[in-house]
Amino acid sequence: MSRDTARILALHGGLLVLLFVAQFVLPAYHHGNLARIMVLASYAIGYNILFGYTGLLSLGHALFFAAGMYGMGLGIQHGGLSPAPALLAGVVAGAVVSGALALLALRTTGVAFMIVTLMFAQAGYLTILYFGDYTRGDEGFVLQTAQRMLWGIDLSDPTNRYFAAFTLFALCLCLSLWLVRAPFGRVLVAIRENEDRVQMLGYDTHAHKLAAMVISGTISAAAGAAYGLLFGYVGASFGSVQYSILPLLWVLLGGAGTVLGPFIGALFMFYLIDLSSGLTAAYMLIAGVVLVVLTLFAPQGLVGELRRRFWKGLP
Amino acid sequence: MTVLLSTRGLTKRFDGLLAVSDVDLDLTAGDVHALIGPNGAGKTTLVGMICGRIAPTAGSVTFDGRDITTLPAHKRIGLGMAYTFQITSVFAGLSVRENVALAARGQPVQGDQVDRAVCAALDKVGLSDRAQEVAGNLSYGHQRLLEIAMGLAQAPRLLILDEPTQGLSDGEIARFTALIEGLRGHTTVLLIEHNMRVVWEVADRVTVLNFGEVLAEGTPEDIHENRAVQAAYLGTG
Amino acid sequence: MEIGPYILLASLEGAVTAAVLALTAVGLSLVFGVMRVVNIAHGEFFMLGAVLAWWVANTVGGHPAIGFAAALIVAPVLVGVLAALADMTILKRLNYDPERTIVATIGLLYILQQLTLMTYGPDARPVEAPFNQRIALPWIEHTEAGWQMYYPWGLSTTSYKLAVIGAAAAVLAGVWAMMARTRIGLLMRATQADREMALAFGIPVEKVYALVFGIGAGLAALAAVLIVPIQQAHYLMGADPLLLSFIVVIIGGLGSLPGTVVAALLIGLSDGIISVFFSPTLAKILATLLVGLVLVFRPRGLFGTRAP
Repeated sequence: MSRDTARILALHGGLLVLLFVAQFVLPAYHHGNLARIMVLASYAIGYNILFGYTGLLSLGHALFFAAGMYGMGLGIQHGGLSPAPALLAGVVAGAVVSGALALLALRTTGVAFMIVTLMFAQAGYLTILYFGDYTRGDEGFVLQTAQRMLWGIDLSDPTNRYFAAFTLFALCLCLSLWLVRAPFGRVLVAIRENEDRVQMLGYDTHAHKLAAMVISGTISAAAGAAYGLLFGYVGASFGSVQYSILPLLWVLLGGAGTVLGPFIGALFMFYLIDLSSGLTAAYMLIAGVVLVVLTLFAPQGLVGELRRRFWKGLP
Repeated sequence: MTVLLSTRGLTKRFDGLLAVSDVDLDLTAGDVHALIGPNGAGKTTLVGMICGRIAPTAGSVTFDGRDITTLPAHKRIGLGMAYTFQITSVFAGLSVRENVALAARGQPVQGDQVDRAVCAALDKVGLSDRAQEVAGNLSYGHQRLLEIAMGLAQAPRLLILDEPTQGLSDGEIARFTALIEGLRGHTTVLLIEHNMRVVWEVADRVTVLNFGEVLAEGTPEDIHENRAVQAAYLGTG
Repeated sequence: MEIGPYILLASLEGAVTAAVLALTAVGLSLVFGVMRVVNIAHGEFFMLGAVLAWWVANTVGGHPAIGFAAALIVAPVLVGVLAALADMTILKRLNYDPERTIVATIGLLYILQQLTLMTYGPDARPVEAPFNQRIALPWIEHTEAGWQMYYPWGLSTTSYKLAVIGAAAAVLAGVWAMMARTRIGLLMRATQADREMALAFGIPVEKVYALVFGIGAGLAALAAVLIVPIQQAHYLMGADPLLLSFIVVIIGGLGSLPGTVVAALLIGLSDGIISVFFSPTLAKILATLLVGLVLVFRPRGLFGTRAP
């Protein structure tokens, strides 16, 4: 193991140890927040695979998040599934939806790709509303405590919930760290830098982008399914444009194309909005200002700046 | 003498403009074959059709006895072609080593072989001591050499070089010609080149393209003497 | 009401939608055509136009026509200036990079929308129309007594709605004249054709961009002022015009003004008629899918012929 690899493992492992220990010391309010942040950060990790590493800016990831959430939620509510197969149903739904959208959207590039993903995600959101008889539309539906017993573990209990969120986040973080350091991930980065050149090195770039989008969508769906199960609520708002913009915001803030960026971005943004929602109902104002300021002054994000200044090899 | 690559009637039309017209080209295995011609003669378009970046309007491309006219670019690379870009297009954000490793991994080789291919390629172009640098920080000339190293790391049967010596210093050009000499016999090279000294020095065969058509083909000596070529090209170049 | 008169009524309502939509979409199309950027905050400029119209009408007081006339001038100009400022402070500094501009205008969307929520509040508020006579419409039907003309109950429009259609047509003609006949239009077209060449010829490209961005937003605001006596002003009202403008601009061919107008007519009219047969949600699902699929399979738009 090279010295660089050791440092990288120490940094990312250190964060996981810190998060694991945090549950014993944090006050209840922040304990609950951090569980939520870890699930949202998992969503952002999924988004980052496609946007940060492959260079494809999607404005439609809420479709995948919602596919996971509704695959799980409808499976429990109407399919009579128990949580474990319901989670699996959510993940599979995400994989299928992201695969289908990838086949269509990857025929386009750049701005057209952004608009196409936006439009199909919007169609998905409207579809949730349209089938209000099953989905309860905007109002959504609540999963009862009895429906949230995973292998006899009550996921509505804060301690269990934190541990479940931590497990999901740790899995996603490790997967993303491994992926981007593996040859497959290096090809994705190269596609981001210059797709034409990658093709002329003998790689099937379309297949790589397709795989990246399915992996990204599947992780997002896993986060969506977990979010619904852990917090006991499934609602259409999670499929709205806002939930496509949020992971973009987190990743941009934390640092696109960095493994830790999604978590750092989600953490900062969550508390920024949390603090400002005490002051005003217009808390999305903060999101808007941060988006503009980031694009103008810090396109690299927080971890990206760190990498630029101090640690060139940070994945 | 086996023919590694041949084109028959290769033609490309852009919106009515005839860029390449009815080109028959045969590359003998192991040869260094130079493709020359004035700017806008259609050299890059022709090579683009050979390696699959541009779809031809008409005609066919055969590689190693197999018709590859409709094969996508990455599959042609898989068959043993390599193409280095005219406009430097290394991965600016990645290290020099990673650039070459990407090229090596594009081929069906594994593990240690990748490392060995990377080291050998960097060594041949003289960039070994810069392996850890970020490619975007290299000088222009070094980026051109990195581009060539990427082509070498692919261990191709046919190496297509699009104006490789552009912007290189005299010393670097000498290194480049030595490198091509080293490939002669086992790697076929198709070389688009403006620098005539390089062409006369390394080429076994020369094809001259003018207005999208083959104006002449032969040994460097034949071409050197050819009046039509002199009129069209050398006289103005 | 029978189906015939019902469809006539739906077409009339559709024509009003189409008129307002054409103005909004031409604004978006102009910005995309000349500047090659997509302005996601376009719907919020529309919303600002409506909210400012309410504010101006309320401040001025007196006869509704006076307040409305003032709003018709003040709101688009204020919105246009605001947009031009946004262009000079944000977009220019991004070098009009297409992707970063989209992200920045998403940020701008939230800023405008949420600032409106903080100041104007969450209520929907009406603006009184300057004039609003009901005009009953006749219908011809074949009966046993031969062709007969009569006035079906409920088949009517208002003088204001007809005026909206007229005003939109006049403004569109004005935009066309500006692009085709004036020096500033020439500068815009030159910049659109080749930015580098325009720069080389000494065209102040940055000023042209700020102007185009301002005019684009101003057109959206103007459309909103026209519609606000029919709909009410609300801080979330920007979403639908944005979506519909997208549909129109993409189907009409990105950046093509005539294509945009034709597509706006088509979408506006069919929107009125489709909503007779489908639920609005289903209509929107079909519309968004249509935009997505057109972009995937016919990126030049259904009517566009040239590359975008």
